[in-house]
Amino acid sequence: MADIVLDKVSKKFPDGTVAVADVDLEIADGEFVILVGPSGCGKSTTLNMIAGLEDISSGELRIGGQRVNDKAPRDRDIAMVFQSYALYPNMTVRENMAFPLRLAKLDKETINAKVDEAAKVLELTPLLDRKPANLSGGQRQRVAMGRAIVRQPKAFLMDEPLSNLDAKLRVQMRTVVSRLQKQLGTTTVYVTHDQTEAMTLGDRVVIMRGGAVQQVGPPQELYDNPRNLFVAGFIGSPSMNFLHAAVEEGRLRTALGDVPVGDRLRRELEGADAPRELILGIRPEHFEDADLIDDDTRQRGMEFTAPVDIVESMGSDKYVYFTVEGERASAAELEELAADAGAADFAGGGSNLVTRLSAESTVTEGQDRRVWFNLEKIHLFDPSTGRNLTLHEGRAAGALAA
Amino acid sequence: MADTTTRAKFRWGLLDVFVVVFALIPVLWIASLSFKTPATLTDGKFIPREWTLENYRSIFSTDQFVRALVNSIGIALIATLIAVVLGAMAAYAISRLDFPGKKLLVGVSLLIAMFPQVSLVSPLFEIERQLGLFDTWPGLILPYITFALPLAIYTLSAFFKQIPWDLEKAAKMDGATQGQAFRRVIAPLAAPGLFTTAILVFIFCWNDFLFAITLTSTERARTVPVALSFFTGESQFEDPTGAICAAAVVITVPIILFVLFFQRRIVSGLTSGAVKG
Ligand SMILES: Nc1ncnc2c1ncn2[C@@H]1O[C@H](COP(=O)(O)OP(=O)(O)OP(=O)(O)O)[C@@H](O)[C@H]1O
Ligand SMILES: [Mg+2]
Repeated sequence: MADIVLDKVSKKFPDGTVAVADVDLEIADGEFVILVGPSGCGKSTTLNMIAGLEDISSGELRIGGQRVNDKAPRDRDIAMVFQSYALYPNMTVRENMAFPLRLAKLDKETINAKVDEAAKVLELTPLLDRKPANLSGGQRQRVAMGRAIVRQPKAFLMDEPLSNLDAKLRVQMRTVVSRLQKQLGTTTVYVTHDQTEAMTLGDRVVIMRGGAVQQVGPPQELYDNPRNLFVAGFIGSPSMNFLHAAVEEGRLRTALGDVPVGDRLRRELEGADAPRELILGIRPEHFEDADLIDDDTRQRGMEFTAPVDIVESMGSDKYVYFTVEGERASAAELEELAADAGAADFAGGGSNLVTRLSAESTVTEGQDRRVWFNLEKIHLFDPSTGRNLTLHEGRAAGALAA
Repeated sequence: MADTTTRAKFRWGLLDVFVVVFALIPVLWIASLSFKTPATLTDGKFIPREWTLENYRSIFSTDQFVRALVNSIGIALIATLIAVVLGAMAAYAISRLDFPGKKLLVGVSLLIAMFPQVSLVSPLFEIERQLGLFDTWPGLILPYITFALPLAIYTLSAFFKQIPWDLEKAAKMDGATQGQAFRRVIAPLAAPGLFTTAILVFIFCWNDFLFAITLTSTERARTVPVALSFFTGESQFEDPTGAICAAAVVITVPIILFVLFFQRRIVSGLTSGAVKG
């Protein structure tokens, strides 16, 4: 068991691609850290550098306080679970799990005892004599985990370990992984594409984009206080709504009406080089049917009327899609997010508004509806840098903050 | 629908039978001749009227043939072993590593494979005479390796490319050195490829006539294909056809055994279950 420290770690491939740029990350002993980001952002490369499967171009990697840049994978005492499972097809489940122990030259009895124990934890005991070809996807996955845990390494690295499983199995295995990590208390770095895995599994989440770390923090904090446009759009499902906002004399002209701004923001927008246009972000749950709120709450937000497109009732609440007129929000980050999610899933930059209203709302498709939204919860981003202007000392303060 | 498929099957079946018959008739003819007596040799009957083992007895009674058989087996086995081991190492590097000059290496080995062997015969003859390799086992083994290596490298690198690279990474993470990863994970999975290559290389060495006839002069290193051409029969007046046929059958047998023996190891889909679900 050990902590893992990345100190300005970069990776430049021979063809000139910079896959990872100056990543600083301190992973505490026993911590469960998730790396997320769109495809090609350098997650696997980062993980492979920690593993020792890729050389580190510059920077320093320390495991348990020791510099390991030049150590071979076998001398780092780290186990890895691959997306493809990478089970040895010529060996039985038992031999697969025993392989790291045999290489470590343990005696037969110890090996058998350890394999049996790991097999019990992962419910693999009846399968020990099978070959990987005769296992289901979920079972193979568990064998891969078993091979990682048998030798009690200093840390686990997992590269999208669940992405080849079907949805139901993935949920099951997620709890297995989570339970196992808690039980063993081993430092774990986990790469994923999956929002839910990122939000539920880890102690902290690292969001990467184009080889650089965007923000590090507990999932809830990233959700509530995104540092920039990219993080705001990446975390959350359905994703945050983004609208174009023109700055005009102390207010913001948006498709939802004129949004007042508080003193703090006004000061910021008065600077000579301050942006004249902003992107306004609101999460779906910060909307509400205007008929359903009390006067107290009404004070904290503003209202608009828009035609209802689609109503999806989830039982506990309703997802209501509105069409709003007005200029589209545009920024490099939004295009990138849309490309990664597939245009269908990411309505963020378009003229569609996704809202989550109470189940009691009587909203129906086709009508015009009055909707309230919370001004204390909106985020404003500078489209050129992506910076969240409403963030004050790390906390989102809304538009009205004084 | 069903009608057309059965008809298609029938047509393909017919074609297959034709090809097999076409390929096998000369072989069977030789086998038939080898069992005929000198008197009935030219009677044109496919099935011998009088069966005899005299031809076989005669070839094994001459030192000439037995020596050649020993030379053939020894030379082909050694050349195969060396070519496959070297080829495996080269193919592994080609399929796994990115090193400067990789394209050149592949190109040169392709060039060697395409080079007309006949044009090398006289220089090789001169070189080997100078070096004292003429009419020795190494004198044949060396050129065989040279020409079998490109073949080995090509087939083996195709096999290595099929093995998921993740397995090697996994082995390294599990604590294996590069060598251990190759020996304990990659090599067992590449076994079908190794056997296939071994068969091809062995057949190449076994069948060679050109090098064998130019680079040998006595029974010291003469291989069977060459020895066959020197067959005269027991006396000058005897027709050696029967004996040559018997010898031809005898040298076909090891090839068939070799293929049958290794075929069982060429289990396809050995890598299934390694990756994905
Ligand atoms: N061997 C290589 N040579 C050159 N560029 C590479 C190499 N391997 C990866 N890259 C590049 O480095 C970047 C990061 O790749 P990486 O595999 O780390 O992405 P990832 O975040 O794991 O993506 P995914 O989610 O799709 O797995 C990509 O742009 C990729 O094209
Ligand atoms: Mg990856």
